[in-house]
Amino acid sequence: MGKDGSVGYVTTRLDDFINWGRKNSIWPLPFGTSCCGIEMMASLAADYDMSRFGAEVIRFSPRQSDLLIVAGIINLKMAPVLKTVYDQMSDPKYVMSFGACASSGGIFNVYSVLQGIDTMIPVDIYIPGCPPAPEGVIHGLMRLQELIAQGQTHSQRRLAQLKQV
Amino acid sequence: MDIRHPIPGNGGDWAVKFGEIWNSQISQVRDTFGAGIEDIKMPDTYPTDVPIVYVQRSKILEVLKYFKESVGFEYGFLADITATDESGSPRFEVAYQLFSHSRLCRIRIKVRVPEGEAIPSAVSLWKGADWAEREVFDMFGITFSGHPNLRRILMDERWVGHPLRKDYPIRGYQIFTDSQAVDPERLK
Amino acid sequence: MTNTREGRRSQIELPVGYQVEHDPDDLWGDARVVVNIGPTHPAMHGALRMVAKLNGETIEKSYCEFGFTHRAKEKLGENRTFHNFTVYTDRLNYCSALINNVTYALAVEKLMGIQVPERCMWIRMICCELARIMDHLICIGINAVDLGAFSFFLYGFHQREEAYTLVEKLCGARLTTSFTRIGGLMADAPDGFERELKAWVEKTRKVIDEMDELLTNNKIWKKRTVGVGVFNKEDCMQYSFSGPNARAAGIDLDLRRDQPCLLYKEVEFDVPVAQNGDVFDRYMVRLSEIRQSLNILSQCADKMKKGPIWSEDKRVRIPEKTVVHNTMEGMIHHFKFFMTGFEVPPGEAYTQFEAANGELGFYIVSKGASRAHRMRIRGPSVWHFQGISPMVEGEKIADMVAALGSINIIAGELDR
Repeated sequence: MGKDGSVGYVTTRLDDFINWGRKNSIWPLPFGTSCCGIEMMASLAADYDMSRFGAEVIRFSPRQSDLLIVAGIINLKMAPVLKTVYDQMSDPKYVMSFGACASSGGIFNVYSVLQGIDTMIPVDIYIPGCPPAPEGVIHGLMRLQELIAQGQTHSQRRLAQLKQV
Repeated sequence: MDIRHPIPGNGGDWAVKFGEIWNSQISQVRDTFGAGIEDIKMPDTYPTDVPIVYVQRSKILEVLKYFKESVGFEYGFLADITATDESGSPRFEVAYQLFSHSRLCRIRIKVRVPEGEAIPSAVSLWKGADWAEREVFDMFGITFSGHPNLRRILMDERWVGHPLRKDYPIRGYQIFTDSQAVDPERLK
Repeated sequence: MTNTREGRRSQIELPVGYQVEHDPDDLWGDARVVVNIGPTHPAMHGALRMVAKLNGETIEKSYCEFGFTHRAKEKLGENRTFHNFTVYTDRLNYCSALINNVTYALAVEKLMGIQVPERCMWIRMICCELARIMDHLICIGINAVDLGAFSFFLYGFHQREEAYTLVEKLCGARLTTSFTRIGGLMADAPDGFERELKAWVEKTRKVIDEMDELLTNNKIWKKRTVGVGVFNKEDCMQYSFSGPNARAAGIDLDLRRDQPCLLYKEVEFDVPVAQNGDVFDRYMVRLSEIRQSLNILSQCADKMKKGPIWSEDKRVRIPEKTVVHNTMEGMIHHFKFFMTGFEVPPGEAYTQFEAANGELGFYIVSKGASRAHRMRIRGPSVWHFQGISPMVEGEKIADMVAALGSINIIAGELDR
């Protein structure tokens, strides 16, 4: 980039360029079920403002979004719904497990609770906390962006393998 | 020190405030229903916060109606319906928590239910009893006769067993691969 | 006339020259559409599901389903000690976790006959009112977002963040606080807390006035809310509505005033009551309640004095950390306390409190062990959600969103 702000030319690999675009335009689907949903709202609201990281375009349709934020408890009645939503998302898709309940069942080791969503769908990033503070959410989002830039998320790796075949 | 030790600032004045009302109501109910009332436990003799009226299973609807509508009672607000698993005989106790908006006092009505038997539904008195009774059915397996739509509410409809019974294991998972479909019967 | 269900039905206009042959309500022959909304629909607050049969845009019949976040707290109540269960009460109504903590502590203290000192009660009252304001801000904010007023939500949410700062000063957590202990509190309020609280109250008053001006007389807001989702007094009694939703329909009852616990007798506040029971009235009642809660908060800050926060009762007193770390007896006491818990004498009690949403009740049956025999939680949302089907019958499908937002369903206490 020149001193006057004009861009001459840059050289990069096409994959890197695409991943750079993907990482900065994440469209999340908030799958907020319980307490964590409120903290997710807090991180989207004015004070923490997730849109600074390019992730403010909330889409409630799985077909239009590429980041599934599972915020809150997933119990055995909800699990098939989550699986359907995940299957409906188009590749590449990333999954963020938000909070203790989604990651491992948390303090609810009981008959009705799924003990971690990673028993059903691949998870790219786990955010600890019950519920996580918005700072943690933003940290998690930035880590996810790093993963996307490196092409290391589950779905990107799967796609890369498919290409090689 | 237990519940009979009055705590100011946490309902500690109830026995003084409502004692006379409760006594007159209880004697009135005894006179009206006679043998329909199995037992009465008062706060001064039994560790409870409000009087508990044990009612015969067949009489429960009449007693609830009496408590709801009679002059001097007016327990018009059904605060809660729930059950306890006593693991004895009879196995369950169904508890109705009533609240009177005009007198601001509460009372608890209980029915003893053996396993596998039904009790009359209170939906004709309070429409809101519908879901509370469904929850009791879901969690304890107590059936309510005359209920318009007695089916599971919190658990999936394919669930086996009743989770809040004492013999249900706390980690008794049951996994389903698809979610519940829309039931067109319920839209008629 | 227009506010009754029959009135709304008769308002369905027929095209000119349209001949009604069979059922006058049946506009489109027998064409009905069944719409399934939820459990992950954005207009559903939390994981709820509603299946509606539509005639055109009008809801003819609907049924609701929930249990998608069922976490078996009642079963856990029978398997955890009374001390351990405090954490689970946070996750009931997570918008106002502090109220649940306080109510649970009150319920167990009632069973054990424990009196807490005055400062503890003042702090608990501050907690309750702070949580109530946060809950109402979320409710009216999200209700407005559903109807398209996004900036209103941002005003409220910013003030909520400031309230979180206060809560963080009290207990270090934002949402799930676990602040109360049976017989006391986790920690005393820090120095200068009263001053900061009063500054927040003054600022929030201005913000609430601003929010009021922004939305209340807005033409679109009024068109979407006045006369929508009407639930009158009789319906409210039939469906056991309580709290702001019942007060919006003219039921003049507030458990803080009518069955006072803590020190609510010593503070002055009004109970806002509206008459129509529509979405707009529920919004207005909540907005006025925020103002009343602010009044209570400033009175609490004035009346609070220094003093102990723990009850004298040795059964529930958590051993001091200095004793635990320095003496053998203290260490044993500590282990006994947290591993086996304290025993609660036999008895049963239903303890109720005016939570942000309505009557929150804990019905605890104890058989003398350190775990409850039965831990029943009466969440107001269950009863409110039950009323949504009759409430929206005959309304447009878009009004269902407004009605659902206005009764403030919290999935945590709905499913428990």
